[in-house]
Amino acid sequence: MEQTAKKTIVSLKDIFIRFDGEVILNHINLDIHEKEFVTILGPSGCGKTTTLRIIGGFVEPESGDILFDGKRINGTPPNKRNVNTVFQKYSLFPHLNVYENVAFGLKLKKLPKNEIKKKVSHMLATVDLKGYEKRPISKLSGGQQQRVAIARALVCDPPIILLDEPLGALDLKLRKSMQLELKEIQQKTQKTFIYVTHDQEEALTMSDRVIVMNNGVIEQEGTPEDIYNEPVNAFVADFIGEANILNGTMIDDCRIKILGKELECVDKGFGKNTPVDVVIRPEDIEITSPENGQLTGIVEKSTFKGVHYEMSVKCGKCEILIHSTKSAEIGSEIGMRVIPFNIQIMNKLLPFYDNVIEAEVSYSNEAENYFEFELEGTTITVKDKFFADGTKLKITLPPDALSLAGDGVGDLKDLYIESVIYKGEHNEIILESDERKWLMLSDTDEQVATYVPLSFDFSKAAFEVVNEVKEG
Amino acid sequence: MKSRKPSIPYIIWMVIFTMIPIVMIGFTAFTDSQGNFSLEAFSKAFFYTDVFIHSLWIALLSTAICLLLAYPLAYLITRMKKSSQNTVIMLLMIPMWMNFLLRIYAWVTLLQDNGPIDLALSLLGIHGTYIGNSAAVVLGMVYEYLPFMVLPIYTVMSKIDYSLIEAAQDLGSNNLAVFGKVVAPLSVPGIISGVTMVFVPSASTFLVAQYLGGTDDIMIGDVIDKIFWTDQNTGSAISLILMVFIFVFLIIMNLFGDEEAIA
Repeated sequence: MEQTAKKTIVSLKDIFIRFDGEVILNHINLDIHEKEFVTILGPSGCGKTTTLRIIGGFVEPESGDILFDGKRINGTPPNKRNVNTVFQKYSLFPHLNVYENVAFGLKLKKLPKNEIKKKVSHMLATVDLKGYEKRPISKLSGGQQQRVAIARALVCDPPIILLDEPLGALDLKLRKSMQLELKEIQQKTQKTFIYVTHDQEEALTMSDRVIVMNNGVIEQEGTPEDIYNEPVNAFVADFIGEANILNGTMIDDCRIKILGKELECVDKGFGKNTPVDVVIRPEDIEITSPENGQLTGIVEKSTFKGVHYEMSVKCGKCEILIHSTKSAEIGSEIGMRVIPFNIQIMNKLLPFYDNVIEAEVSYSNEAENYFEFELEGTTITVKDKFFADGTKLKITLPPDALSLAGDGVGDLKDLYIESVIYKGEHNEIILESDERKWLMLSDTDEQVATYVPLSFDFSKAAFEVVNEVKEG
Repeated sequence: MKSRKPSIPYIIWMVIFTMIPIVMIGFTAFTDSQGNFSLEAFSKAFFYTDVFIHSLWIALLSTAICLLLAYPLAYLITRMKKSSQNTVIMLLMIPMWMNFLLRIYAWVTLLQDNGPIDLALSLLGIHGTYIGNSAAVVLGMVYEYLPFMVLPIYTVMSKIDYSLIEAAQDLGSNNLAVFGKVVAPLSVPGIISGVTMVFVPSASTFLVAQYLGGTDDIMIGDVIDKIFWTDQNTGSAISLILMVFIFVFLIIMNLFGDEEAIA
């Protein structure tokens, strides 16, 4: 895509919003340019639809400004905004036919009748629905309803069209053709499309620019190529396309250590011996003989996918996914090579690996050998360990000391699952409690954006006394 | 409505308790007291034409007033919080749990001379009689049937997808246009069933006029009630005519509903 300086048409400045105390958008900044096809992409509950509704005027942010052409439009109701929306469930008026639905906005603008007729016919032709004027909405297929919804928004000729997962209800084949059609309509009409979806493929296919959101913040924005090839963190890499995401250590500029092997890469500026996340796309791994490979592994699974074979290779304890036109026999040892350019280095999502708690002993019982401390308003009991009342402790819990409480009770309640990323061996799960984040390992898939109770296994923890109790 | 084959028990029920009685009413209406074919009952029924017209007029008036009161009320209820909605609906329902007669007696007590309303208005210097006229009958009927108008309209209105209202706003509608172009047309099915549920029973109601109305306010339901004890044939003829009127009314209402082509 050409990167000429385009005029900014919509600007979100420091948008913050909460529903029932839960932060939905956490100080979002976003500029959208003229004639651009922008996709806001993210898992459900990431705040993408709320962002769209703020632009449409259906939701007012708690703080922050919305600018249209540089003018602040907070508080302007939807009917006075120069945008039109294609809603998730189309929201066509069931009591009106196709023509009346499309003409709805024009009639409100009090345009002369013959002009309305001309515009509606032209628009119905654009969306390939000529001759459907008199049809009732209930007699249309999903794809046709979809196109009526698009026509209804486009015919009002707003500079900006908002689309809220408009293809979500369609089947795969129809969705694919509608993607291309939408892109075509956007190019033909030269309007700004702001498109919301959780489908990464849809985002990559249609957009000039993709904005990846998670948990109320923008993780990355850029062209589809940028987002796919240069994800900024493990979340983006995991969400867009298939990826091998591995834990690695940046030894020095252009030197990375993964799976016990030192490899050459092209990234710089991460410092020395820094723990990082590494992304290698499955199609970037070349299969060679074991002697020639930078890494070796045993083929565990191989599935023919038409264009390529999808193979799962066990490399030590770690599972690696390969897409290759060459197949290898299950059980055989193969070598793997990756060119330095295809090894993508990213900062870790969390600045720590072990979870450190600073705590003060609130109650202790030497006879029964346990103590308690307060954490985020909850009393936590540590068995088989004794420290005197008032002792300040630094407790280090490695990720495998954390587990989701199977009994539903747990030490801490209602932690929010922020991300679940498969690192070849375990899922690394980032949890958020009231005051901090936690890193946990798990072999089961957990559902992102849900709330779970957490248990601590203090037998795996390290305790360090910060200061002893002073008398008096 | 899709035609659905009702299962056998329902058919049996309907034959015994719906079809046979209708046939019997028809048979009685077309015979004299000796059981011979005769149109005598119908010629006697024409004696009550005035009562008939008066009844339909009172029913129509009550239905119209119910609609005027219920429609804005139903709209306001849908705009409330869900919990308040349930409370208001509950309050509307509670009087219906009381016996029909008791509710009418209550109005008699309220409206009678030297009753609470008369006394209160007397203090303001207004004197009058509030019972024994058509207005009191209409009042009683409106009170009786208002919930039957509110509930169907409220049910239909509360089912209107909120995103349709957002879509209308998005396309440039202010609140008035949202109401006129989306909410009102989509609530037509509720109006139709509300009107049907109020008009049909109020056209054939009895006792209300006897207690609240004057001597001229006798309704056709009361006539059937009285006459049936002495002359079953005329009673059947009148109720058959009433049935035909209601049937025609229902057909008209259904046509009106079809025209709107509600999805």
